[in-house]
Amino acid sequence: MSRDPKKKPLTVEQKRYTELVSELVPKPQYGKNALLAFLFGGLVCVIGQLFTDIYRLAFGMSSTEAGNPAVATMILVGSLLTGLGLFDKIARYAGAGLVVPVTGFANSVVASALEFKREGLVFGVGSKMFMLAGSVITFGVVTAFIIGLIYAIFIL
Amino acid sequence: MEWQTYLLAFIIGGAICVVAQLILDFTNLSPGHVLSGLVVAGGVLGGLGLYDKLVQLAGAGATMPISSFGNALVKGAIMEAEKNGVIGVLTGMFELTSTGITAAIIFGFLTAVVFNPKG
Repeated sequence: MSRDPKKKPLTVEQKRYTELVSELVPKPQYGKNALLAFLFGGLVCVIGQLFTDIYRLAFGMSSTEAGNPAVATMILVGSLLTGLGLFDKIARYAGAGLVVPVTGFANSVVASALEFKREGLVFGVGSKMFMLAGSVITFGVVTAFIIGLIYAIFIL
Repeated sequence: MEWQTYLLAFIIGGAICVVAQLILDFTNLSPGHVLSGLVVAGGVLGGLGLYDKLVQLAGAGATMPISSFGNALVKGAIMEAEKNGVIGVLTGMFELTSTGITAAIIFGFLTAVVFNPKG
């Protein structure tokens, strides 16, 4: 988080402290993180493509239709990995490679639901399930609403 | 089932994840911010008709990342808008994304009931 600009200027000790902290905090390994995100993200999408082709061939669907059950399957995989506690272990290496595909969406739903499970099924699981994933839905719908309105009013 | 689709799915899907990883590493933004941004980006690209071209090219490489959620919302809204005008934007919004949201709610709920938090 960025520092509040209204705050008083830092004293010498505070400045030395922040310098020390920034020296000691490990810097992200940009190259390694990016490579792992690429490999894992690519792998997740290849698995998704495999499911898409399986549904396409098994049920005679078009590629577009087969995408839906494939997404649902990946959500199931992401949910189970989270439930078993494996998601975070893999995501430690995979980073965005596991979080950006729908597996990450499933993880955010299940992780929130599990975290608040002790508050009960209604107020814990039911209410808090979309605590993290809610922002994705909200911003997606707001964007789509604005674009849809522009389209309906100006383009049609 | 051509191998080129798999190669492109790997490259494009991986590339989208790399972009997100770099934003996460180089800025102070949280994963929630980055994912919301990706959904908005997917929606805008969908509105411009570009995301479908990416899907045609890369298959699951474009449909698996969360950006496709934004694209699907926009496509559903526009498809119904073509039939029913402004009202269609409301009625069509979740037409294409119902699978993902339903699956997330059902599987998420069941997983939360069956499993207990670790640690």
